[in-house]
Amino acid sequence: MTRPSWAPDAVDLDHPSGARVYDYYLGGSHNFAVDRRMARQAIELWPDLPQIMQANRGFLRRAVRYLVGQGITQLLDIGSGIPTEGNVHQVAQAACPDARVVYVDIDPVAVAHSRAILAGNDNADIVQADMADVDSILRDPRAARLIDRSKPIGVLMVAMLHFVPDSAEPAKILRRYRQMMRPGSYLVVSHASYEGRPDQAGSHTELYERTPTPMTMRSQAEIESFFTGFDLVEPGLVFLPQWRPDSDAELDQPERFTGYAGVGRRE
Amino acid sequence: MTLAGREAFARQWAGAVTGTSYVSLDSDELVGHMLALTHLLVDSAVAVDFDPSIPRRIGADLVAAHFTGTETLSESLAMIAERLGALAVESGHADWHCADRRCPVLTARIARISGKLAAGYADALRERTLNEQEAIYRAGLLARKQAEQALADSEARFRAMFTEAAIGIGIGDLDGRIVEANPALLRMLRYSAAEFKKLNVNAMMHPDDAASVWQAYSELVRGERDHFRAEKRFYRSDGGEIWTHLTVSLVRDEDGAPSYQVALLEDVTERRKLQARLEYQAYHDPLTGLPNRALVSDRLSRVFAAPAAARRIGLCYLDLDGFKAVNDSLGHDVGDQLLIAVASRLALFSGPRQTVARMGGDEFVIIVEDSRNEDEVIALANDVLSALAEPIQVGGQELTVTASIGIVERPVAATSQADLVQAADITLYWAKSDGKSRYAMFDPNRNESQVTRFTLSATMPAAIERDEFFVEYQPLVRLDDGMILGVEALVRWQHPSYGLLDPERFISLAEESGSIVHLGRWVLARACEQARIWQDAFGEAAPFVSVNVAPRQLHEPGLVADVVAILTSTGLEPGRLQLELTEQALMGEETGPLEALTKLCGMGVRIAIDDFGTGYSNLPYLRSLPVHELKLAGSFAVGLRSADPDPVDERIVATLVNLAHALQLTVTAEGVETAAQRDRLRALGCDSAQGWLFARPSAPEEIDVLLRADAPLGGSGS
Repeated sequence: MTRPSWAPDAVDLDHPSGARVYDYYLGGSHNFAVDRRMARQAIELWPDLPQIMQANRGFLRRAVRYLVGQGITQLLDIGSGIPTEGNVHQVAQAACPDARVVYVDIDPVAVAHSRAILAGNDNADIVQADMADVDSILRDPRAARLIDRSKPIGVLMVAMLHFVPDSAEPAKILRRYRQMMRPGSYLVVSHASYEGRPDQAGSHTELYERTPTPMTMRSQAEIESFFTGFDLVEPGLVFLPQWRPDSDAELDQPERFTGYAGVGRRE
Repeated sequence: MTLAGREAFARQWAGAVTGTSYVSLDSDELVGHMLALTHLLVDSAVAVDFDPSIPRRIGADLVAAHFTGTETLSESLAMIAERLGALAVESGHADWHCADRRCPVLTARIARISGKLAAGYADALRERTLNEQEAIYRAGLLARKQAEQALADSEARFRAMFTEAAIGIGIGDLDGRIVEANPALLRMLRYSAAEFKKLNVNAMMHPDDAASVWQAYSELVRGERDHFRAEKRFYRSDGGEIWTHLTVSLVRDEDGAPSYQVALLEDVTERRKLQARLEYQAYHDPLTGLPNRALVSDRLSRVFAAPAAARRIGLCYLDLDGFKAVNDSLGHDVGDQLLIAVASRLALFSGPRQTVARMGGDEFVIIVEDSRNEDEVIALANDVLSALAEPIQVGGQELTVTASIGIVERPVAATSQADLVQAADITLYWAKSDGKSRYAMFDPNRNESQVTRFTLSATMPAAIERDEFFVEYQPLVRLDDGMILGVEALVRWQHPSYGLLDPERFISLAEESGSIVHLGRWVLARACEQARIWQDAFGEAAPFVSVNVAPRQLHEPGLVADVVAILTSTGLEPGRLQLELTEQALMGEETGPLEALTKLCGMGVRIAIDDFGTGYSNLPYLRSLPVHELKLAGSFAVGLRSADPDPVDERIVATLVNLAHALQLTVTAEGVETAAQRDRLRALGCDSAQGWLFARPSAPEEIDVLLRADAPLGGSGS
C-alpha cells in the first residue's frame, strides 16, 4: 500500500543526501557512511570535486560580502544544506551584525542540524520547504519574522538550481521569486555545467541519480536565462573562481571548476 | 628584518596549504592567520624551556579554522622541517641562542614542535570529527523523531476521526469479514464490537435490496470497480431496520491489487420518513385525506407517458350543487364537515383502477384507468349520484346534497392529458347548465360550436389588426325610380381557418366580448373612406353610407368624438353618413346615448332605426328622438312576398309607413327579394328598399359599376 498523502514523509538515513555529500567534499564530518561512500566514488571519478566545491564556497563568501556591500542586509539562502565553516549568516553578520538570514532546505536532517546550529541567533533561522513552493516559504512565520518584503533582499541559489530538473520548470519558479523581489534586490546563482569538463559531467550526473537530489547540468546560455529580469553585475556569468576573485592566484585553469557563477540585480 | 622573515614564512605557508582544505578565508586573511601561527612557531623554537602546549595549540588552531584536509598538516610539517630552523636562527633569543640552523639542539626542538603540532592537530580533528558526527546523528535522530511524531499525530487524528465520526465506518477484508467498525456504526446497528466482528458483509443482505447493490459489491471485491453508493436497508441486532446511505470503497495495495474495503454508512431513516411524510402531504388534501390535484396530475402523466394502443381512460368531474350556499348560510365549519362527509362517501369508489381525488373547493374527480367503455363510467356516475342522494348528517342537522358530474371516456392514444381534463371541465359545466343534479356526457359537436365561438371571440382583436375583416356594401334603392340612394356597410370576416364568415357568426360574440367597439370603429372608418371616394367620383349622385352602430358602441362615451374624427380625416360630408341603431339600443335610463345622437344629428349625420317593428315599436317615443329614417324589419317583407299577401301584414306596414311619414321619417324596407314585394311596398308608400332583388352585398368596385351604369335596379323602371 502506498503512503497516504496525509502521512508525513519518513526520514530516510539509508540513502546518500546531497547536503551531507557536499559537507564531506568540504572536509566536514556531518555525514554518514552512505554519504561518504558516494562522495569517495565521485571523487575517484572526478578528483577535482573537492576543489570545485571549495571554489563554490569561495564564490558564496565573495557574493555575500558583495551583497552586504551593496546594502543588502536580508538574505534568503535557498538549498542551504548542512551548515559548515563560513555560513552565510556568519559571513554576512561579520560584515554587518544586523544582517538577517533565512535558510531554506527540504532535507529534514539538514534542517534539524541547522536549527541546532542557529539556536540563539535571533537574526537567522531555517524554513523546511521545497524551493519551488515560493508562497509557503514566504508565508512561513520564521521567514516572515526576518524578511521585510517591502525592502530589497538577496536570494541565494548557490549550487542549487542544478538539482531542479527541467520538468520542474525552473524558469517558472524563478519568475515567482522575481515577482516577490523588490527592484534593487539581488539573485546569486552558481550552477554545475558540463561546459568546462564535458568528459566528467556524464558519469557524475549518473552518480547523483542515486540521491534524492539528481543533478541537471546546464549550458552557460541556459544558466544565463535564469537571470531574466535581472541585470548581471560585473563580471557577468563566469567560472566560479573568476567572479570577483580576492587575488589573481585563484585564477589558475578556471575551466577546471566547471561551475558558472553570477549575480543579478532586479531591474 | 625578523618580521619580514616571518611574513615571508607565513605567505609561503599560506600558499602551501591553499586548496588543501576548505576554509572560509580570503587570501589576505589566510596570510594573516598563518602569520599569527608563525609567531607561535618561532616563539616555540627559540624558547629556553620547550612548552609542548604551544605547537599543540597550533595544530588545534588549524583544525578550528577548518583545515581539516590532512594535506594541510603534511604541507605544514614540511614547511616547519624545511624553513623553521633558519627563521629561528634569524630571530635568536637572549637566553638561548643557536647560530646554526643545523644545530642539533635546534633540530631536536623543531622535531619536537612537529610532533606536538601533529598530535595537537590529530586530537583536535578527532574531537571535531566526533563532535560533528554526534551533531549529525543527533540531527538525524531528531528529524526522524519529528517525522515519527508527525506521523503519530496524523494517525492519532485519523484514529480520533474514526472513533468520533458521526458517520458509521466499517473496514472489511475482501471475503467480507469485518476487521474494524467505529462506535457510530456499532450504535447504528446496535452491536458490540465483538459481536459485530463475527459478522460477514454477505450476511447483511436485506430482502428489499436492489439487485444492483450486490452486483456492485461483488464487482468491488473483485477489483472491477473502486467504489459504489447506494441507499440500503440494514437489520439491527434487535431486528429493527434502518435506511442508510452507503458508500463502499476498495483500498488497493502498492501493486494495485484489491486489499480491503471501507464502508461509510449514514443513517437516513429519519430523513426518509420525513421525505415520505412530505411526499404524502404534497399529494394529499389535508381536509379530506383524499389524493389532491398534484396526485391526479401525476397519475394522468403516468397514463399518458406511455399510452398502450388499446388503453382507455375515463374521468368523472364532480362538483357539489349549491355548496356556496351551504358555506354562506351554515358557515365554513359545516361546509368543511360536509366536504369530509362527501369525501368519505366518494372514497368508497376508489379501487385499483379508480382514484378519487379532491381537486379543490367542492370539486372532486374520479379517474378510471383502463375503462372498458362509456357505459362503465356512466354507471359509476349514477352510483356516485345515488350514493350522495342519501342525506348527510352534519353538526346535528341533515343536509341533502346533489352534485353535477361531467364524464369523459375515450382511448388514451386519442387524447392528451390537457384535453381530457378540459373536456371533463366543460362537460361538468354542461351538467350544471342543463339543470344540475345530473351527469353530462362529453359531446364533441356541442363542444365544437362552443370551441368555435370561443376561438372566434378570442382571436377577434388580433384579426382586426391583421386586416382579416373587410366591408361589403348593399344598395338602398328609391322605390319610385329604382335608383341607388345609399348603401349599407356590412362587415365580413375572412377567417384563416373557418373561411368567409357572415356578421351573424361573430357580431353577437363581438358584442359579448366588447370587441364590437373596436370593430365598429374600424367599419365606420372604412365605410367613410369609401363613401368619400364615391363622393369625389359622383358628386351629388353619390350614395350615403349607412353603418350599423351596436348598443354597446352607443354607450361608449367616445362615439361622437370618433365620428367627428373620422369625418374630418376622410373629408366625407356628414349628410352622407347614416348611423343605424336598433330600437332597443335607445331604450334605457341613461341619457348618454340620446345626447350623443342629438349631437350627431346636429352635425348633419343621418340616424336610422334598424329592424323596426321587432321590438316595442314605440312610435310616440320616436317623436322625441333625432331620427331620420325607419328601416322595417325583413319579417314584414316576408308577409308581402306572395302574390296574395297577408292583409294583416299589409295593414301593419301601411300603418307604420303612415305614422313614420307623419313624424317626418322616411321608411326603408329590408329583405326585399321579389318584384311583387317591391310593388306592394311601393304601393303602401314605402320610400326605399334593400334586398337581393336589387343587389346583394358586394365589393365597392361592383357598387362603382352600378353607380356608373346610372340605371334603375330591381329589373323594373316601373
